[in-house]
Amino acid sequence: MSARPLRIGCGAGYSGDRIEPAVELVERGDLDVIVFECLAERTIALAQQAKARDPGRGFDPLLEERMAAVLRDARRRGVRIITNMGAANPPAAADCVRQVAARLGVSGFTIAVVTGDDVRQLAGSEGFSRLAETGEPVNRDDIVSANAYLGAEPIVEALQRGADVVITGRVADPSMFLAPIAAHHGWRLDDWTLAGRGTLVGHLLECAGQITGGYFADPGVKDVTGLARLGFPLAEVDADGTAIVTKPAGSGGQVTAATCTEQLLYEIHDPSSYVTPDVVADFSRVRITDLGADRVRVEGADGRRRPDTLKVSVGQFDGWIGEGQMSYAGPRAAARGRLAGQIVAERLRLTGSVPLELRVDLIGMDALHGAASPMVEPYEVRLRVAARTTSEAEARKVGREVEALFTNGPAGGGGAFSAVRQVLAIRTALVPRNRVSYRVDYVTVS
Amino acid sequence: MTLREIAHARAGDKGDICNISLIVFDPRDYPRIVEHVTPERVRVHFSGLVQGDITRFELPHLGALNFVMTGALRGGVTRSLALDAHGKSLSSLLLNLDI
Repeated sequence: MSARPLRIGCGAGYSGDRIEPAVELVERGDLDVIVFECLAERTIALAQQAKARDPGRGFDPLLEERMAAVLRDARRRGVRIITNMGAANPPAAADCVRQVAARLGVSGFTIAVVTGDDVRQLAGSEGFSRLAETGEPVNRDDIVSANAYLGAEPIVEALQRGADVVITGRVADPSMFLAPIAAHHGWRLDDWTLAGRGTLVGHLLECAGQITGGYFADPGVKDVTGLARLGFPLAEVDADGTAIVTKPAGSGGQVTAATCTEQLLYEIHDPSSYVTPDVVADFSRVRITDLGADRVRVEGADGRRRPDTLKVSVGQFDGWIGEGQMSYAGPRAAARGRLAGQIVAERLRLTGSVPLELRVDLIGMDALHGAASPMVEPYEVRLRVAARTTSEAEARKVGREVEALFTNGPAGGGGAFSAVRQVLAIRTALVPRNRVSYRVDYVTVS
Repeated sequence: MTLREIAHARAGDKGDICNISLIVFDPRDYPRIVEHVTPERVRVHFSGLVQGDITRFELPHLGALNFVMTGALRGGVTRSLALDAHGKSLSSLLLNLDI
């Protein structure tokens, strides 16, 4: 048990996040731990495909760049690194980190590799057999990926055995923060109140810049300075789970009660029941106190016993989406854009194309909020036609028909654009916890 | 006046469910949003965008409401045809509500 608060930062809130704020955190945050959260729901399904094509791939494409930016300084200062950038292939990611270390001349540390989240083999009667959303049966041959959300346990184990870098695949985002907090303060993971508090810290930090003034500015009512050099967050976490959220001095952005309250409720449904693999956390009585100077105290989270099932993210192909766009401006721009949309829809019918779903919007008028948009006549609009189809060829036709408006459609259309993508839909299943076992392997970099 | 003058908001997505937090700048305005920003009012304001239920959670000590809307994202981010498949911009629609 250590009385000293743990200093934990978040160096990435999604896979494409900025790199320099993490460098700044390591250099000036006086950190014990930095966490990189880089695995969106769909990312792991895409990574499984990459791994199927090349067994040496399937981890985060920015892993090398991020590690090259922070590894030397992190090792010099004794900052431990925890990341889910292993995606579908944590062992290959560890190999990549080893190569980066060799290139930088960094040695004498241990990488822990957490696996066991890939539960595709459990699809069927023994593990999970139905989708949670629709109750539809899950057929192993129809799925691209199935990854269970592991909790804090394997990371705690890795840290207790002295790992300096922990690389995982699918682990619940807050668990990557709860684990080092619990390991540092010697918490038992079945102390549900403390698990709830550590989970709160993870939930607040996991989107990085979203708590330091990013995704917050609204000129005139919520002004934020320095967004181009936004600082990423860190928390000082006490042994009782009370935390102070802050950011490196001199960095852009702000940490206030308002930024923390927005992030507290971000992607939360019932605030008294936030379910993770570790705990059912209760954020309903969390208190947020602005201490000034970009320091905010958060306390009062609680928790109840963890669920007996783990959530599984199931990736399935679900047809194709074809899209086309074209702009109109000046007098009666919206009328020409609307006519253009009608033409494309009719063309798809006339040419025997039967999309599973078709959507026609005018960007600048109603593309974001549909019928809820106030109808005002804008100076320019951008037609957007999107369709879901069963084949790539059908999807391509959407963009082609929009482009053909150049010579066949209303006057003055410009700036055609088209795109086609295969839909990798992510659905959810639940698997009994006792069917999933994790594994931690260690790589010594000497 | 619109809600934007007294409150701020952030939207998040999980599957086909959208949640929007609504937080007052000044705690004295909290009773006003509790009274005026009801699930029924939000449903009408969102003009058919929400096909399922709207549940409102109250957090008076934070000056915040949390709206949870099911069937609001046309199947969710991974398969929706919408330009804003996450529904991130729906927070701004809520702030445009007249009270």
